[in-house]
Amino acid sequence: MGLIDRLFKDPAWGVHPDDHKRPAADQPLRVLPPPARLYMPLQQHVGGAARPVVQVGEKVLKGQLLAAAQGNISAPVHSPVSGQVVAIGEVTAPHPSGLGFTAITLESDFAERWIDADAVADPFSLAPEEITRRTAAAGVVGLGGATFPSAVKFVLGQRLKVATLIVNGGECEPYLSSDDRLMRDRASEVVDGARIVMHAIGATQVLVGIENNKPEAIAAMQLAAAPFAEVNICPVPARYPMGSDKQLIQTLTGREVPADARAAEVGVLVHNVSTCAAVHQAVRLGRPLVERIVTVNGGAVREPGNVFAPLGTLVDELLAFCGLHEAPSRLILGGPMMGSPLAHGKIPLVKGASGILAFDAREATIPPAGPCIRCGSCTRACPMGLLPLEMAARIRHDKFDEAAALMLGDCISCGCCAWVCPSHIPLVQYFSHAKGELSARERTRLRNDASRRLAEARVLRLEREAREKAEAALRRKAERAAAKAAAERQETPGETV
Amino acid sequence: MSALSRTSAAAPVAAPHASTSGSVTAVMATVMLALTPATLYGFWLYGWPSIYLWLITVAFAMLGEAVCLRLMERRAVPVLFDGSAMLTGWLLAVSLPPWAPWWIGALGGLFATMLCKQAFGGLGQNLFNPAMVARVALLISFPVQMTAWVAPLPIDMAAAPGPISGLLVTLKGIPQGLDAVSSASLLGFAKTEMSRGVDLLQSLPHAPSLSWLGSRPGSLGETASWLIAAGGLLLIVRRVISWHIPVAMLAGIAVPAALLHLVDPARYLDATTHLLSGGAMLGAFFIATDYVTSPNTARGQLIFGAGCGVLTYVIRTWAGYPEGVAFAVLLMNSLTPIIDRYVKPRVYGRDRQGVALDAPAMAARPIVGREY
Ligand code: SF4
Ligand code: SF4
Repeated sequence: MGLIDRLFKDPAWGVHPDDHKRPAADQPLRVLPPPARLYMPLQQHVGGAARPVVQVGEKVLKGQLLAAAQGNISAPVHSPVSGQVVAIGEVTAPHPSGLGFTAITLESDFAERWIDADAVADPFSLAPEEITRRTAAAGVVGLGGATFPSAVKFVLGQRLKVATLIVNGGECEPYLSSDDRLMRDRASEVVDGARIVMHAIGATQVLVGIENNKPEAIAAMQLAAAPFAEVNICPVPARYPMGSDKQLIQTLTGREVPADARAAEVGVLVHNVSTCAAVHQAVRLGRPLVERIVTVNGGAVREPGNVFAPLGTLVDELLAFCGLHEAPSRLILGGPMMGSPLAHGKIPLVKGASGILAFDAREATIPPAGPCIRCGSCTRACPMGLLPLEMAARIRHDKFDEAAALMLGDCISCGCCAWVCPSHIPLVQYFSHAKGELSARERTRLRNDASRRLAEARVLRLEREAREKAEAALRRKAERAAAKAAAERQETPGETV
Repeated sequence: MSALSRTSAAAPVAAPHASTSGSVTAVMATVMLALTPATLYGFWLYGWPSIYLWLITVAFAMLGEAVCLRLMERRAVPVLFDGSAMLTGWLLAVSLPPWAPWWIGALGGLFATMLCKQAFGGLGQNLFNPAMVARVALLISFPVQMTAWVAPLPIDMAAAPGPISGLLVTLKGIPQGLDAVSSASLLGFAKTEMSRGVDLLQSLPHAPSLSWLGSRPGSLGETASWLIAAGGLLLIVRRVISWHIPVAMLAGIAVPAALLHLVDPARYLDATTHLLSGGAMLGAFFIATDYVTSPNTARGQLIFGAGCGVLTYVIRTWAGYPEGVAFAVLLMNSLTPIIDRYVKPRVYGRDRQGVALDAPAMAARPIVGREY
């Protein structure tokens, strides 16, 4: 790409960190043998936790339902191995700072016996509602990390008559290459899944956005999509956070998602490439979501690469499978820009986990924070057009409302600002803190409103009751008086005229 | 197994877990690197006294910072290491008359970092550009010393003061014998002549020559305009600064200058002279672009830069001082908070007023993805 192209075409927002994707991305996919013990958390998605439907001691097959969805927004959980349920309930964390989680603990019998799959030869003959139902039943959630139940999004897309399905193959986070590997190795599954999703929401075209730092994936996807005119493979500039829904939509369609709206309201719906592949598995093969590709990478890993692993596998086992040079100085679930730090490796692999990073000491070093020199780098980097330095300055003085007035609520926590800051100010931490404070205040306000309303209602009720009592008393008195008068009249008839 | 993966460092609270390799020190170092060619060239033109003055100014600026930090019971070394005090001293030094006495540099350096920076709370907190406040304070307090320009006397010339006599110039003032070298800067000359009623068409032929090579009276950073501009371009290419302030400021000077010169060449100097004279280049690339005291949005920077440029021109042309960059920058510094308050980038999904965009209208837009 020429300089002029770069000047005029590359988006003005975002940052360009070293991507550290290779050599891990180029290693062939390895398959993790089922571990002896797995932990399937009941909450691997946005929404209500799943409700266990198996008993301790029960034998289960791979793909068998372990816990059913509960509520409108929820997703079921299935067994990633064949074996036996050994416990249901809280799994305590082996670390003082780590919180426990609720899970179904399984022991593998290493037989890998699947349930009888309810495969569908031609998904396009199914009604959209049926695809949605099967997707929901298979426990498919957004695998890019958002983990929002996919079927719920299908319904939304159908209701709002979304015409364009955007398939997110951006994978802009450094170090991660699970989507890259998936597109290289299983492009036809991704394309088939995308077409099934398109059918489910009634869209007419698919745009697959892939960052141009993945030429192999682009080539494989182009090949797989060639027979289908409605599926367009669209290389996009490699720029973080290209994989963020809002930025990808903007890049691929020129549309922006209004601040108070959802993507579907502007006629697009975004699903991750891995999610599409999971829909293919669920609908075409009748297999629920029980395995995924996860990138194991970072300086502490001896053989970094992508691993196809059952969900519920402990992070420690994945790391042992790839080997470690040294004790990691930092463990991260997800990418370095938005991933969560892990206090230890006794955490199971969940649906939304696209990567496990084990950083060595050098990678883990973030220089100490200095003063803000108002260089404006953060402002230039922010993909949302916010003013991180101004918001941080307000938050430093606890002026959360002023930060909110600077549209803090629109911050997508992408981390560009903090990444680019030459003073290494932990801006995102400021923002998370302030968002937490603001939502706590909002909750308090709502609670206060509610209790005030209750109190007011009580006062009204008491008043009304008092009034009614008084009225009743008056009425009774009047009745009594009338009765007395009548009785008196009867007693002394001569007095009436 | 768990020992294997237990993290050794304290787990950070939140993402991101990576960071740019850039640092404040690196930013300051790049700016100093960009200043180096012009400074060295200035050293060559003005000889040993200018070297001593530079050293003294920088040293006292750093001393001022260190003293303040010690008074506040903070460790001075890490803060000094960020390079900002050195840069402040450097910028002040290159805006001083090169043969000014040592105490000008010393006072200016101390003033810049102690009263104009640390008194406000240190790096990032000051409203005004420290080097420029110091320069203006010196100009008002010591107008004679601050306008005693000398003609260039390259260091390799026989008449130029050597290391020892140069030191004496800086410590004791310009000796009688060398008096012939004092001279007026072009802007000063033009202003004096105008005030005597001699118009530019008559006076300019006798003016100190204006040369792109910078062989003319002025401060270190003023004479070699093209080296300053080259340094500024380096900063833009390295993305230390953006183009907005320099371009807007130079345009703010050049456009009115060109127009008025066209109207009446006898009264108004031409645009080239304005751009190459005084602190125009230094101001546009190195002073007005100071992060701390300039707006941090592109549009705000355009307004700020244009304001600096126009004010510079107005002060040079109609006010009492022949040079106006320092005053102009300080005036605009005072407007920076206001500009930052009113000029904000458009937030994604909202219009400029911050109102959410209209979803149905957006949904009706044709899909125009660009080919990459
Ligand atoms: S990037 Fe950091 S130092 Fe620069 S303005 Fe933003 S917060 Fe301040
Ligand atoms: S302010 Fe929020 S959206 Fe903007 S760069 Fe920082 S984290 Fe990303």
